[in-house]
Amino acid sequence: MTDIKAQLDVLPGLDPRAPLLQVNDLHVEFRTRDGVAKAVNGASFWLNPGETLAILGESGCGKSVTAQAIMGILETPPGHITRGEIRYRGVDLLKVREAERRRVRANRVAMIFQDALSALNPVYTVGFQLAELFRVHRGASRADAKSRAIELLDQVRIPAAKSRINDYPHQFSGGMRQRVMIAMALALDPEVLIADEPTTALDVTVQAQIMGLLAELQRQRNMGLILITHDMGVVADVADRISVMYAGRIVEEAPVYDIYARPAHPYTRALLESIPRLDLKGQQLTAIRGLPPALTAIPAGCAFHPRCGYAKEPCRQDPAPPAYAVAPRRTARCHFFREVLGE
Amino acid sequence: MFRYIVRRLLQMILTFFGATFVVFALMFANQDDPVQALAGEKPVSASLREALTERYHLDEGLLSQYWYYMSNLLTGDLGESISGREIGTLLEDSWPVTVRLSLMALVIAAALALGAGVWSAIRRGSVFDNGILAFTLLLLALPIVVLAPVAQWIFGMELGWFPATASRNASFYALLLPALVLATTVVATQLRVTRTSVAENLRADYVRTARAKGLAPRRVIWVHVLRNSLIPLVTLIGVDLGVLMSGALVTEGVFNIPGVGSKLAQGIRTEDGPMVVGFVSVLVIVFLVMNLVVDLLYAALDPRIRYE
Ligand SMILES: Nc1ncnc2c1ncn2[C@@H]1O[C@H](COP(=O)(O)OP(=O)(O)OP(=O)(O)O)[C@@H](O)[C@H]1O
Ligand code: SF4
Ligand SMILES: [Mg+2]
Repeated sequence: MTDIKAQLDVLPGLDPRAPLLQVNDLHVEFRTRDGVAKAVNGASFWLNPGETLAILGESGCGKSVTAQAIMGILETPPGHITRGEIRYRGVDLLKVREAERRRVRANRVAMIFQDALSALNPVYTVGFQLAELFRVHRGASRADAKSRAIELLDQVRIPAAKSRINDYPHQFSGGMRQRVMIAMALALDPEVLIADEPTTALDVTVQAQIMGLLAELQRQRNMGLILITHDMGVVADVADRISVMYAGRIVEEAPVYDIYARPAHPYTRALLESIPRLDLKGQQLTAIRGLPPALTAIPAGCAFHPRCGYAKEPCRQDPAPPAYAVAPRRTARCHFFREVLGE
Repeated sequence: MFRYIVRRLLQMILTFFGATFVVFALMFANQDDPVQALAGEKPVSASLREALTERYHLDEGLLSQYWYYMSNLLTGDLGESISGREIGTLLEDSWPVTVRLSLMALVIAAALALGAGVWSAIRRGSVFDNGILAFTLLLLALPIVVLAPVAQWIFGMELGWFPATASRNASFYALLLPALVLATTVVATQLRVTRTSVAENLRADYVRTARAKGLAPRRVIWVHVLRNSLIPLVTLIGVDLGVLMSGALVTEGVFNIPGVGSKLAQGIRTEDGPMVVGFVSVLVIVFLVMNLVVDLLYAALDPRIRYE
């Protein structure tokens, strides 16, 4: 049902056999009056079709900035991508002209945001905001765009889609609004979906429904999903792999089961220990001590060393720990990962 | 929505009677000799005295005088001016050119405010932005009573680019200079408000979403940002209508345009009471209706506004 032509026209040079998405050594900095904030410092990860990669980390570690860099919607200035590659089906998006880049957005790589109320335009109906995609990207007629918008709202299971299409964002409940966001992201059948904390603003039962819907739609379409969150509880059920981010770097990367069973990086370990667990009720919750570093002054060596219980002399010296291969398909940037694993 | 309009209409009726009563009372009450007050400085003949007393029921109380006056006014009879001309006819002759002048001024101001305001907001801190800031400060510092004659002298007489005066049936071009002058009374604030509002909206989350949808920057700004930024501008235009009215008084006077403003100014100068009260009453109605229109427009722009 999708326009094959529109898909092929999106970007010349796309290789359907190349990996879906590969981010290599991404560096992003913000040049502000208070100095240069190094928000992303060599993030690398990959994503396969049908796979869910969770990116996990404390607030301010650069998750959203990474997502915006992939989408090409960083605010520039002050944000600048200083190094790295973002390869989508073999094409480095950072080297592509802006007009072509725009066609990749929404068509091939789409994104949903945390707060659907502010992320939707308050003065246009959801129907307009959905139909706009078909009109701009597919040149659809008004009537055609509208009927496709209704179809989409049906797909994300918004009741009475036909009439709700004329409602404004503020007339929806939080959960329904997030469904509208999902519909909007999936409108043009993207291959990659980035969900930046899609359920943080919702209450727990609605969270579960939205995550369920996302997982279902992903399965149907065999989409690659990047799920950004700082809630380890949320990712356990849905993610295939986890990338743990700290101070703009992926410090550990592993299949979800392995990471929960045996974290290889002290930071991951601390994150795991900070989730309240039912079986340990009554015990003191261990928050990670200290604060993440200021992005204008990231410590030399391992950025985590001021907060790390395992830290020794080499940790304080440059170069930063490389991505050690802990196991097949598993890396950790810690000199002492063996100790952390308990080997 | 319907209930809101009804409520607003009721409010308008109250405001209308309040405002006209104040003007009426200022003209007629608290005068040693109301007839003399009506006629101004000129000597009053016995027959005119009798006619005015009769016409305005000056031998009765102020409230019933007001009542008689209003019932005439609302049935379309504005009475005669001191000089003996039908006030209704005077108005009929003068309103079209004033409406054209004000509409031109409003459109010029809004177009400039939008164009320059949006561009300033996109290019914050640029030479253009700072130039516009200096320009608006200059406009704010220049009152129209100075600007109008100066513009007339420079562009109308010295350079001769525009006609220095305009007639009742003036062409678009002949009204351009007065309209530009009139526009300066409102353009500066409109421009500042547009710039602030666009700059604020550019940082909004929905703009990020619009860009993530792969929309071109042009569409993001002129479709998504603009509609949101127009909301404060439309509110301001509602306020500006009053400013434009008083500005039209000066502009029409300077450029010799026989519109409502210069007629009213003339009425004030010759202390023609009936004419002033008649004109002001009609202006009050126009102002109230325009404000209602602006409020409804506001609701059309911002669906979050619920008129209950
Ligand atoms: N527009 C901007 N201007 C300046 N600095 C910015 C901007 N956007 C992000 N940053 C910087 O980048 C850092 C990383 O921000 P980012 O939004 O990626 O964090 P995050 O991991 O998504 O956190 P959260 O969980 O709170 O969403 C922030 O600490 C901030 O200092
Ligand atoms: S490298 Fe050193 S400081 Fe960094 S996490 Fe490992 S032990 Fe801790
Ligand atoms: Mg974030």
